[in-house]
Amino acid sequence: MPDEPKVGLFICHCGTNIAGTVDVQKVAEFAKTLENVEHVATSKYACSDPGQKEIQQAITEHSLNRIVVAACTPRMHEPTFRACLQQAGLSPFLLEMANIREGCSWVHLREPQKATRKACDLVRMAVAKARLLEPLTERKFPVKQAALVVGGGIAGIQAALDIADSGRKVHLVEKEPCLGGTMAQLNKTYPTMDCAI
Amino acid sequence: MADVGRHPNIELLTLSEVKEVSGYVGNFKVKVIRHARFVDEKECTACNECVDVCPQLKPDEFNLGLTQRRAIYQPFPQAIPAAYVLNIDDCLGRNPIACGKCAQACEKNCIDLDATDQELEFEVGTIIAATGMEPFDPIGITEFGYGRFPNVLTALEFERLASSGGPTGGQVHRFSDGRKPESIAFIQCVGSRCQEPGNPYCGNICCMNTIKDTLVIKDQWPDIDVKVFYIDLRAFGKGFEEMLQRSRTRGVKYIRGIPGEIENGSRNGSLTLHVENTEVGRLEKHDVEMVVLATGVQPRAQAKDLQQLLSLQLHPDGFLLEAHPKLQPVDSPVRGIYYAGCAEGPKDIKESVTQASAAAGRAVRLMSQGSITAEPYTVAVDTDKCKACGMCLKVCPYNAFDWEKGAPAKPIEALCAGCGTCAAECRFDAITSHQFTNEQLMAQTETALADDSQNKTVVFACNWCSYAAGDTAGVSRFQYPANQVLIRTMCSGRVDEKFVLRAFELGAPVVLVSGCHFVDCHYIDANRHTQKRVEKLWDKLETLGIRPERLQLEWISSAQGRRFAEVMEAVEKLRSEVTGKEIAYTKRILKQIRKPKARKGA
Ligand SMILES: Cc1cc2nc3c(=O)[nH]c(=O)nc-3n(C[C@H](O)[C@H](O)[C@H](O)COP(=O)(O)OP(=O)(O)OC[C@H]3O[C@@H](n4cnc5c(N)ncnc54)[C@H](O)[C@@H]3O)c2cc1C
Ligand code: SF4
Ligand code: SF4
Ligand code: SF4
Repeated sequence: MPDEPKVGLFICHCGTNIAGTVDVQKVAEFAKTLENVEHVATSKYACSDPGQKEIQQAITEHSLNRIVVAACTPRMHEPTFRACLQQAGLSPFLLEMANIREGCSWVHLREPQKATRKACDLVRMAVAKARLLEPLTERKFPVKQAALVVGGGIAGIQAALDIADSGRKVHLVEKEPCLGGTMAQLNKTYPTMDCAI
Repeated sequence: MADVGRHPNIELLTLSEVKEVSGYVGNFKVKVIRHARFVDEKECTACNECVDVCPQLKPDEFNLGLTQRRAIYQPFPQAIPAAYVLNIDDCLGRNPIACGKCAQACEKNCIDLDATDQELEFEVGTIIAATGMEPFDPIGITEFGYGRFPNVLTALEFERLASSGGPTGGQVHRFSDGRKPESIAFIQCVGSRCQEPGNPYCGNICCMNTIKDTLVIKDQWPDIDVKVFYIDLRAFGKGFEEMLQRSRTRGVKYIRGIPGEIENGSRNGSLTLHVENTEVGRLEKHDVEMVVLATGVQPRAQAKDLQQLLSLQLHPDGFLLEAHPKLQPVDSPVRGIYYAGCAEGPKDIKESVTQASAAAGRAVRLMSQGSITAEPYTVAVDTDKCKACGMCLKVCPYNAFDWEKGAPAKPIEALCAGCGTCAAECRFDAITSHQFTNEQLMAQTETALADDSQNKTVVFACNWCSYAAGDTAGVSRFQYPANQVLIRTMCSGRVDEKFVLRAFELGAPVVLVSGCHFVDCHYIDANRHTQKRVEKLWDKLETLGIRPERLQLEWISSAQGRRFAEVMEAVEKLRSEVTGKEIAYTKRILKQIRKPKARKGA
């Protein structure tokens, strides 16, 4: 581990979507007791511009090096918050999200107390993972400007022509002595009723 | 076709087969075997001198054996490349004593009887599989008597018969006596929508092909009586219904019912069809002079070789399996490989061309970026811990390891898709699955159960399906009890036996492992390993005296929000039935068997 984790936690109200069911303040109080948590804040809309600015400011102010956002599903805003971290100079992969909306407030609407307790659990789990996150960088590799097309029926022909017209080299591999596949054997073809070749 | 022959950017390799593909997206290395043509492709002027002297006669593949060709031949007059080809298996012998007449006849000296196969190698960024389909062979459907009755033909044979380049110059004649038939019956769905010896899926093109043929017949020979026997008619495309209506108004009779049997008819060469007409609920007999079987289609036998070379998967119907049936229909699960045409499933020309352009577009899109990025969800192997057992390579759906016997496993970063299956299978904890490490997932498991564990179910959910189903449940506000905590992995294949056992040891009454249905797995077939692992765990739990039902396994697709909520209800019921005594026993026994060195990090 490169450095001592300093976790910043941001709990989102999502208007009333989360805060209407989950007691956000209580979750924040609970989170303060967790190991390596340096900073806890709540946010009306964490994904909004002001919400993201707050996160970035806190990163600088408190020298945070791991971020947990307790909000919606990571399948929604993980890219948003990753970009937010990157702009603040942190590796985007030092982020962990706790899904307290789709996975909590929205599915336990009639049980606010239980939902709050579950939100605490989810936050605690996210912090536990975040403490162990390590900076990663996206992979990047070069691409050869050529394509292989296997099969010289009408589909292979069309694909080869399209790619070749984009200026790239195409190797078209056909096992028979000539092109055409099944279509070459057809008399007339629907729906146009013209000949196949 | 001619455009391909002329295009400066296309290297056309006929009589060729892909022999080997290595590398990864953006950087595939390809080996191709180019079989000898024995005729110089550039020099041959298609003068036909060689054919005139060749003494050998063989069935002509292009006309499905309905005509004959020489050992040296042009497959069909518009063939690209236009150069002739010598089939060496049909040739009498290369040396001048045996024959060699063609080589002598060719004034341009284009024929080289000593030509050999060539091996070519090149590198490409993307690959398109367009291996197509072949017609179903109805020989196994004995009740229709194909092969027994000369006047029963397949749809493709009828195409050749009706074609001006075909065996009869486009005259529809009966094979039994060369006479024009007075009546023709088409039988639909032959080898489609049925069990062995056919295929369960719809052939997709056979209804429209038959309707087309009825119009071809009525245009040229209005006096031929035409009947079509069908289950239901699938004329679903643009302009298709209009074609069907046109066919009906031209007097073609559509009869709902598939003949149970074909017999020799009353007149010479005629055939009697026994059928239950399900529209009127009556057994009928129809006498016709020719029968065309609207045979379905199936994947080409050779497509299988390519599928294996490229580490692709087959759908249960035998066609290539796409990355996602709805959202990524032309992508293969392997990045940089795409599908075009019937290789992926039966389709007509328009759909084949559409898909081919889509595949080309996907390929160009990838290549036009010059370089590509990928999430860093890869693996690292700790060479000190690795015992070179080879398990990781065995389970990896992408063969993403360089392997040298006895040496530590070497992951190939660019090939790895990040499912984490190898990390879960490595018995020596040698693999770190970035962003989903053992330590991280273990820490989540442990903190989840830090208090009140008897009231919690630990749920492992995969990013693409079951976790997404949880999101769908949320969006739809499907309510369920608040006693589960979810741990997200990219693939259910990542869920290590250790996490499950640790959860039980810490007092979890129930653990649920969930992922995609097999056909939906985003890592080809990584979740088959999930299944195997869970089955092994069930045995283990049973041996230890722990009820295996306490470990649940569910496949839930991303759209199944309702089912996700139902599964949550079900596991909650299960949880409430687990007794304190059971939990205490489980904790004790698992603590006993756990090796102290298996724990670290948290
Ligand atoms: C009887 C019949 C009638 C039809 N009528 C119509 C019609 O009227 N209108 C219409 O729109 N559609 C019609 N179709 C459908 C049409 O034929 C297909 O849509 C079209 O041929 C599909 O083209 P393809 O390129 O995908 O496959 P194919 O035509 O099958 O071509 C595949 C090519 O790949 C080659 N190949 C396979 N494996 C390998 C390998 N491993 N290495 C190298 N090469 C390989 C094959 O030799 C072949 O040349 C009909 C089909 C049939 C059977
Ligand atoms: S297209 Fe028509 S004939 Fe072919 S299998 Fe489907 S329903 Fe049957
Ligand atoms: S499974 Fe583990 S020990 Fe076995 S070869 Fe792979 S990394 Fe090495
Ligand atoms: S994470 Fe999955 S894709 Fe990557 S090497 Fe391991 S098994 Fe293969």
